Amino acid sequence: MSRRSNGRPTRNIDVAVIGAGHAGLAISYCLAESAIDHVVLERGEIANSWRNERWDSLTLLTPNWQCKVPGHRYSGDDPDGFMPVPALIDFIDEYASVSAAPIETNTEVTSVRSHDEQYRVSTDDAEWQCRAVVIASGACNIPSVPAVAEAVPAAIQTVTPHDYHAPEQLDHGGVIVVGASATGLQLAEEIHRSGRPVTIATGEHVRMPRVYRGRDILWWLDRVGISDERYDEVDDVVRARRLPSPQLVGTPEKTTLDLNAMTAKGMKLVGRLMGFNNEVAQFSGSLKNVCSLADLKMNRMLKTIDEWVDDNADTSSFDPVERFEPTRVDESPPLTLDLNKEGIRTIIWATGFRPDYSWLDVPVLDHKGFIRHDGGVAESPGMYVIGLPMLRRRKSSFIHGVEDDARDLHAHLAEYLHH
Amino acid sequence: MSEETTSVDNGVNVQALLDAKAALTDAPDAAQFKWRASCEWLNGTHSKSSIEGFYGLGEEHKHRAEYDFESDHPLCFASEDNAATPVEIVLAGLAGCLTAGVAAVAQNRDIQLKSVKATLEAPMNIQGILGCDPDVRNGFDGITVNYEIDADASQEDIEALVAQSQKRSAVYDIISNPTNITVNAKKG
Repeated sequence: MSRRSNGRPTRNIDVAVIGAGHAGLAISYCLAESAIDHVVLERGEIANSWRNERWDSLTLLTPNWQCKVPGHRYSGDDPDGFMPVPALIDFIDEYASVSAAPIETNTEVTSVRSHDEQYRVSTDDAEWQCRAVVIASGACNIPSVPAVAEAVPAAIQTVTPHDYHAPEQLDHGGVIVVGASATGLQLAEEIHRSGRPVTIATGEHVRMPRVYRGRDILWWLDRVGISDERYDEVDDVVRARRLPSPQLVGTPEKTTLDLNAMTAKGMKLVGRLMGFNNEVAQFSGSLKNVCSLADLKMNRMLKTIDEWVDDNADTSSFDPVERFEPTRVDESPPLTLDLNKEGIRTIIWATGFRPDYSWLDVPVLDHKGFIRHDGGVAESPGMYVIGLPMLRRRKSSFIHGVEDDARDLHAHLAEYLHH
Repeated sequence: MSEETTSVDNGVNVQALLDAKAALTDAPDAAQFKWRASCEWLNGTHSKSSIEGFYGLGEEHKHRAEYDFESDHPLCFASEDNAATPVEIVLAGLAGCLTAGVAAVAQNRDIQLKSVKATLEAPMNIQGILGCDPDVRNGFDGITVNYEIDADASQEDIEALVAQSQKRSAVYDIISNPTNITVNAKKG
């Protein structure tokens, strides 16, 4: 029965899920399986971020066979291929319809408050009173832009991955791509192809070959158990959650997207962007070390794979052991770049993303604005979060990682509602 | 996870560092430190810097003793060479910082160190400080650090130690990244 608040009806429900992306739909699927009454509130359309906040050419960096969520999986004829974003949107749309998820689209959550062990979720047209809330609103709502952005000379165009669609929107002239994650290198590559000279400013990054010993690297991570490493078993979960996305791209040729591939095409490599002195950009002198760190970590991962093969498989069923050329770095990479003299017109901030919790009025945020949680179980009883990097396992960062996370959190949530 | 018994002892109390990391992660105020030095001119290019107190964990601290560092310029600069040059002291600061990091990281990774030696070299074109050529910078053209480490570890593990030490080093950061410097002066 509904009470009225500000003239609006209050609806009662057990669980409100915020966000109808793959993570929100996965938890909804699990809730439906156990007949837990819930609603999925979606600010826009299903898979909204994928529809509106991704660049035109993007394909998933996970192979199609990894597109699997509870109750739904890729069933096309190219399991080793990589989906462009429109195909992923279709996949998530299909998931919503086969699971008959109770979604209210175009319903923006404006606030979530707690009182008396209940949550009150306000949307732009209703009030929901619920016992539990699952936040599945995404990890990439806001592009993180470093503080040095304040000092960028006014004549330079700055673009975040949310503003970026294709190279044609950029001024003609040089481009500095800040950040060497999957996003940074994918954008750098296509901007370079458009004829604009590209400089990549890189701090710490995660290097991986696309294919190793004849198999996709993500196949290996699953197979050797790295994908399943749990958040409460790794040395430093804060660091693991902050890691930039691996330097991977999904192409039919299974191209490796590393810094050597970038410099071989003629892109320039400089250290992390540290500041500006008027028209002069300043870069860190730590380039060699961040490249060494990435090379060493990649080699440790490859060694783990090789050891797994030696212990568990017939070595001859895989291609031979391979080690890749260390990242090539100039003897003295430039520490400064005069933007005028070098004809730099654009800076792209491929410096990561952060979630937006501006609507969350429950004191669960740490001083950096992230939800304090234990593997997705927030500090406030009955509140959960899903769909974040390394939420419960390394694979939580990827679509297929959501299945185990959704099942675990569903079990916890069902138990909570039961008491 | 850090409960396992280990016979590795590099003389670093890693548990205290890990505890400090855990405690300070949620106490950003206590993590604010201030490092200090004072300096007095002696004569010519010779001066003496003294280091005694610093601030951190919400209060003032004192070193066990006051530490002095003299600096001077060499004879070929027409100075008296009473002490190392300031730029050499910068190299000593970098070496000290990186080497402390190597020991701490090794302890954390259960690697017993037997010996750690570093040699550092930093080319510099003194046309910069002499003002011969405004396009030549005053400082180093670069710094090369060569470590020779004897330890119960593979070459790759040793490289990883040194890489991680750079990643966590304050002096490495101070030298490799720009820092704003404010210098005030008053007649006293």
